[in-house]
Amino acid sequence: MDNIITLNNIMFRYLEEEERPALNGISLSIERGEWVAIIGPNGSGKSTLAKTINGLIEPDTGEVTVSGLLLNEENIWDIRAKVGMVFQNPDNQFVGSTVEDDVAFGLENQGIPREEMQRRIRYALDKVQMTDFADREPARLSGGQKQRVAIAGIVALQPEIIILDEATSMLDPKGRNEVLSTVKDVKKRENLSVLSITHDIDEAAAANRVLVIQEGKVVREGTPEEIFSYGEQLIEMGLDLPFPERLKASLKKEGLDVPNEYLTEEGMVDFLWTLHSEM
Amino acid sequence: MDITFRDVGYTYQKGTPFESKALYDIQLSIKDGSYTAIVGHTGSGKSTILQHLNALRKPTEGSVQIGDRTITPTTDNKNLKGLRKKVGIVFQFPEAQLFEETVGKDIAFGPKNFGVGEAEAEAITKRILPLVGLDETFLDRSPFDLSGGQMRRVAIAGVLALEPEVLVLDEPTAGLDPQGRKDIMDVFYRLHKDQGLTIVLVTHQMDDVADYADHMIVLESGTVKKEGHPREIFQQAEWLESKQLGVPAAVKFANTIQKKFGWEFKQLPLTTDELAKEIAVFMKTHKQKGSKGRAEGDSL
Repeated sequence: MDNIITLNNIMFRYLEEEERPALNGISLSIERGEWVAIIGPNGSGKSTLAKTINGLIEPDTGEVTVSGLLLNEENIWDIRAKVGMVFQNPDNQFVGSTVEDDVAFGLENQGIPREEMQRRIRYALDKVQMTDFADREPARLSGGQKQRVAIAGIVALQPEIIILDEATSMLDPKGRNEVLSTVKDVKKRENLSVLSITHDIDEAAAANRVLVIQEGKVVREGTPEEIFSYGEQLIEMGLDLPFPERLKASLKKEGLDVPNEYLTEEGMVDFLWTLHSEM
Repeated sequence: MDITFRDVGYTYQKGTPFESKALYDIQLSIKDGSYTAIVGHTGSGKSTILQHLNALRKPTEGSVQIGDRTITPTTDNKNLKGLRKKVGIVFQFPEAQLFEETVGKDIAFGPKNFGVGEAEAEAITKRILPLVGLDETFLDRSPFDLSGGQMRRVAIAGVLALEPEVLVLDEPTAGLDPQGRKDIMDVFYRLHKDQGLTIVLVTHQMDDVADYADHMIVLESGTVKKEGHPREIFQQAEWLESKQLGVPAAVKFANTIQKKFGWEFKQLPLTTDELAKEIAVFMKTHKQKGSKGRAEGDSL
């Protein structure tokens, strides 16, 4: 099996005297081309976990392997080139005075020749549909547009995996949809792997696999359908209840029998139709 | 305290080459004791309106009446302090504004700034803490050692400590996890129900509008497009979808099944509970009819 990321028994404390480690023996792997969503309540260690993958945080014990390389001081920059991160607050990740300059920043740092750089910028902005905004000031864009520019900056660097750390949580629904469909699109075209840390049900539903983290440990793992079937427990897992689950709970209160397994919205429509015709 | 906008226009940097108009001819009214939701995209004028609610900005055209005070373009900037106490604004990510060494000092800062004595400020702080779901063990802790959700509660407590009549909330749950969001929204709803606080909520979350608000204002490009009860406005689901503002999940689903099943609900359900009730009605009336039919058949 070809894993893009393998974490082996990661332990991490922010302060030595801390009783509860932020990461408490986490092991997981992500296959090349896979989309994995990590969910968990605030403070469960999700973002800390993401930061161990590109060496922003050095674990106390345990190993991080990215694309076959065991993370260490010598190869940290090679690994960072393979891992693109999009953070929560779109305003905290801009350096360029125009959209184009901003996408160029990462490429300049890697010493990419000018012509190649221009080609990659054009390509990346096209992929996130921001070509028309190349000369604009990043500060004047909407939240969704800003995050798309951040994604372009990553696409231009041609990484192997993109990590979204609550990248849609500060956006309005329109911005959220924009960013999510951009990620889906880019993932497919660039053959990327995706790790998304999220509270958003639609983002979790886009994944092949969902991991639930609580108190620095992976406590559950499954397909989105398997995880969503936990119903009201999802709130403790830091996820919004999917609408069909909320409706199921309300229908139960009205004395109607509802199935235990997870229903999509279409599944819910079918279920109601069957119930109605059987009565 | 009612707040009424009459023909309000606002131009940023008026009279300079950089002038840009943010509000056009705004008419709206926020009634005393209401829970008003303001929705609209980035750039629709929400934040500019917000800053007019306690005279942080004065209209460049028209007037804003806040209780018995009328703010016009020529209103003197002096003597506006009283309004800032009556209308408390919780800005986005208010935890960024925490600065004191302890939670207790941070909450008491506002009242003291308005001339309340040390002992009374302390009493107010102790009274406010449980309202935001914190207890007195937090008083001596540094606000910077708290979780994001707890910091936000402290910041909200700081605004509540001014004992405002109107509480204005700009995306108060952005960035919190679902449990944290629900807890904070419940805090505001209790204040509204139990203490009659007037609430103005700026939000993108249509489900929150459906769950809490009794009045709704839709903004676009600096103008009021709709104003009314959420039930009236959410009737126009297609219009809202076309503006990419969306409708509550229950409204969307209700419209789907009404169309598919040929049902007609008595009233448009806004929340999942209302939707479940309407669905139950259809299931039960159908059942009665069905069993009655069978019973008649049996007797033949």
